[in-house]
Amino acid sequence: MANKAFQKVYTQLESITKATVSLRAKGVSNDELATVEGRLAQVVKTKGDLVTLQIFAGTEGIPTDAEVAFLGEPPTLKVSDDLAGRFFNAYGRPIDGGPEVEGEKRETGGPSVNPYKRRQPSQLIPTGIAGIDLNNTLVSGQKIPFFADPDQPYNNVMAQVALRADVDKIILGGMGLTNDDYLYFKHEFENAGALGKIISFVNTTEEPPVERLLIPDMALTAAEYFAVDKNEKVLVLLTDMTLYADALSIVSNRMDQIPSKDSMPGSLYSDLAKIYEKAVQLPEGGSITIIAVTTLNDGDITHAIPDNTGYITEGQLYLRADPDSGKIIIDPFRSLSRLKQLVIGKQTREDHNQVMNAGVRLYADAQNAKTKLENGFDLSDYDMRCLDYAKDYATRLLAIDVNIRINEMLDTAWELFAKYFTKAETGIKQELIDKYWPASSEA
Amino acid sequence: MKSTGKVTGIVSNLVTVETDGPVSQNELCYVSSGGTRLMAEVIKVNGKYAAVQVFESTRGLKNGDEVEFEGRMLEATLGPGLLSSCYDGLQNDLTTMTGVFLKKGEYTRPLDEEKLWDFTPLASPGDKVIAADWLGEVKEGWLPHKIMVPFSFKGEYTVKSVAPAGQYDIRSTIAVLTDESGEDVKVTMTQKWPVKVAVKAYREKPRPDRIMETGVRVIDTLDPIAEGGTGFIPGPFGCGKTVLQHAIAKQGDADVIVMAACGERANEVVEIFTEFPELIDPHTGRHLMERTTIICNTSNMPIAAREASVYTAMTICEYYRAMGLKVLLLADSTSRWAQALREMSNRMEELPGADAFPVDLSAIISNFYARAGMVVLNNGKTGSVTFIGTVSPAGGNLKEPVTESTKKAARCFYALEQKRADQKRYPAVNPIDSYSKYLEYPEIRDYLAEKVGKGWAEKVEKTKYIIRRGKEANDQINILGDDGVPMSYHELFWKSELVDFIILQQDAFDPVDSLTPMERQEYMLNLVLDICDREFRFEDFEQCRNFFKEMINLLKQMNYSEFKGGKFNEYQEQLNNFLNNGK
Repeated sequence: MANKAFQKVYTQLESITKATVSLRAKGVSNDELATVEGRLAQVVKTKGDLVTLQIFAGTEGIPTDAEVAFLGEPPTLKVSDDLAGRFFNAYGRPIDGGPEVEGEKRETGGPSVNPYKRRQPSQLIPTGIAGIDLNNTLVSGQKIPFFADPDQPYNNVMAQVALRADVDKIILGGMGLTNDDYLYFKHEFENAGALGKIISFVNTTEEPPVERLLIPDMALTAAEYFAVDKNEKVLVLLTDMTLYADALSIVSNRMDQIPSKDSMPGSLYSDLAKIYEKAVQLPEGGSITIIAVTTLNDGDITHAIPDNTGYITEGQLYLRADPDSGKIIIDPFRSLSRLKQLVIGKQTREDHNQVMNAGVRLYADAQNAKTKLENGFDLSDYDMRCLDYAKDYATRLLAIDVNIRINEMLDTAWELFAKYFTKAETGIKQELIDKYWPASSEA
Repeated sequence: MKSTGKVTGIVSNLVTVETDGPVSQNELCYVSSGGTRLMAEVIKVNGKYAAVQVFESTRGLKNGDEVEFEGRMLEATLGPGLLSSCYDGLQNDLTTMTGVFLKKGEYTRPLDEEKLWDFTPLASPGDKVIAADWLGEVKEGWLPHKIMVPFSFKGEYTVKSVAPAGQYDIRSTIAVLTDESGEDVKVTMTQKWPVKVAVKAYREKPRPDRIMETGVRVIDTLDPIAEGGTGFIPGPFGCGKTVLQHAIAKQGDADVIVMAACGERANEVVEIFTEFPELIDPHTGRHLMERTTIICNTSNMPIAAREASVYTAMTICEYYRAMGLKVLLLADSTSRWAQALREMSNRMEELPGADAFPVDLSAIISNFYARAGMVVLNNGKTGSVTFIGTVSPAGGNLKEPVTESTKKAARCFYALEQKRADQKRYPAVNPIDSYSKYLEYPEIRDYLAEKVGKGWAEKVEKTKYIIRRGKEANDQINILGDDGVPMSYHELFWKSELVDFIILQQDAFDPVDSLTPMERQEYMLNLVLDICDREFRFEDFEQCRNFFKEMINLLKQMNYSEFKGGKFNEYQEQLNNFLNNGK
């Protein structure tokens, strides 16, 4: 980023913290970008002529006589169809060895869609994973995170979901990805031959944490270009939002803001909402769907990050290791897709809703039976059947390595019901039983 | 002469302005930034420096930018046409905005100034009138919308002239009033009122003496809310806060409903836009949208306007109350508003209270709840604003400042519980923790006895007793095992399950079950209590469980059937047989 000829350069810093520097300067506008010793920075506070800049790459080695030049504009991204297939860093510069992308310069973190102009999300996004499609169906225009412990394969699941989803563009926003995970995504996308519809903005753990703050805005600016200008269906993947929130707390801490719960900034809810609410079904047919990852600390969802996320997103998908089947499953109890009712039984088979509910209810009975067993009480015949069912259900439907179509999921569920239960025990409407109960097990 | 000023400091949406003249607290101002004028509000003054919160993004704002003060506070525009509207927190009409994205500095008119209304005069020349007295009336949909002496008029006026019946737009003069000093003032169909000031143009505010039906059994039967009362619904995410609020909005027995979507998901507002125009108000048979006004400041809209949104909503409610109407205000969620206060307080570097919320949070919340209420108007008629807010407690923990402050202010408490939600027992209102203070009011108990049934309040207390005993019994069963407790424990537990499944649980998505009128609630509660009064002699707990399960199933089918219709009676018959023969 070369300085322009007429630009005034300041060389006297008043103070330096780990993430910010302050100096006296005039005519500076809020949110404007600057360079400090060549590092990108952004105006976060002005008081009289004292300007505070947040330096994304950190302040290590910044001298008090650092050269500071203001760029006169907020963060931007050049958007065009050439973005497709490319990998960028947090500043939107190519990291794949390719040329800079030319296109229209757009401000990132732009305005919100007028709620009145939104449309109700209504298109199903199939993923092949029954724990999602059957129990927590995704809808385009939805925003939903995976809640997962750090040791779970959430990035793999997300990559699978993305590659199977029927969308025009996939935009990956990687925050604090390990280099290995970054290469994994790249490899998966290449292998699937899907590179042409994928755009990635990546900040790895090797790079400064504060840079992460730019990633969601970059990814969503690109998403808005394709969804609004091109009427495309865009899927945005954000991983890991917990690391994004951690970066927020670092900055607010350096700016001496009073922390609220779990040392997070008081504005955490608004900061996260600004990102997630970019998910939208547009009137012209384009849409932005956001699938994110929020890693948990030992499954604790009362922590400020998952808690605020849950209030913003339209449900959550819980990954859990199931000891009985030895698989990673999508937990049917705590997972929820708030928008599933908009497509279930409308774009899927008529029995979907009842089969889903019966399947989960019987699985819940199995959990009760398990508790009984653990407490040393006797198990009834029904309890035993529930336990056997639960194992089969987890392996064949809840596990994340399942990849079948929705009708097959429904048929599998019917097969399991017939194998372990009587018709009455499923509590499904008679007319559906008459139509779908597998004939072979009639006896 | 209005004061002006220049920007001298910016932290996010908190801007410091050096002023050249007097400014007042909460005064509005416009900050000019690169050709657009951004609305802002004074929230603190220190010497000649005013701290203002800008209602829009401050990106691009510079020190030295011009500021013009308006000499007035943030006001709501009141007049016919408010109903069916959809506003942002500053009362800009969202439906008339151009473009898919909200543009910074784009402000639209709240009311249609061209539309003609059929005006009928109510006052006559020579009448003595004071603020909020009715001068005339227009039909807003089916609602008689009163044109009043503006709330801001002080003292007594004499009506000099009133426009004859006819069609007028909202800017036309419909009356001329003479004040005590003999000066004439013109009155149009609209007036403005500062949103943060409570409208007090009424004779008195008595204690609420009747209940407002919501059609939701766990509220109406167990913990009824008074007309003009206040209540709140705290609950972790995923417990059905929004579904419950929407159910109340669809079914509440009110003339006007104002929904303030405050800092919540935009798609939830889209749901209202999509569904409400189609849905029918069960009380009048008209489209729901006709009685509904939406104020929406979704979570991604500027936070300063979040605070304004709840005040704007309340002011509109008070305006309709002054027409002698029953108004219901639903705000989802007041926690987001509290968080907006926290963000500003933090930026102003105030010393924080608990969880970094401002120390006056409790006072702000109770002042706001106090604006609800039933009032006696100047003409002796009554009007009411009933307010139900939701609270989103951090981490689902009710021991946090917003929940605690609200608990002090609101008279009804509907605690949504994660455990009940996990068990799919919706609405997930915990029957033991929740309460309605109104049940203790003698006038409400009398009202219930007269309108619902003799000894109703006592029956409700008995129901709660059954639930509590059932829970105790269940705890014992869980500790000692099915065989470790006397049979009576099983019976107590299953009686409470009966109450739970038939009275408490309600299917918000079933066309019949979702709305239960009071008459039907009374019938079903009596039926359930009758069963609970019986003593059964079961041989073992399996028999007890199967017996109640079957009975619950029959009663549930009744809940799903049209009241006293063919199917309902059939199930009733089956139930009677079952009770007579089964045991």
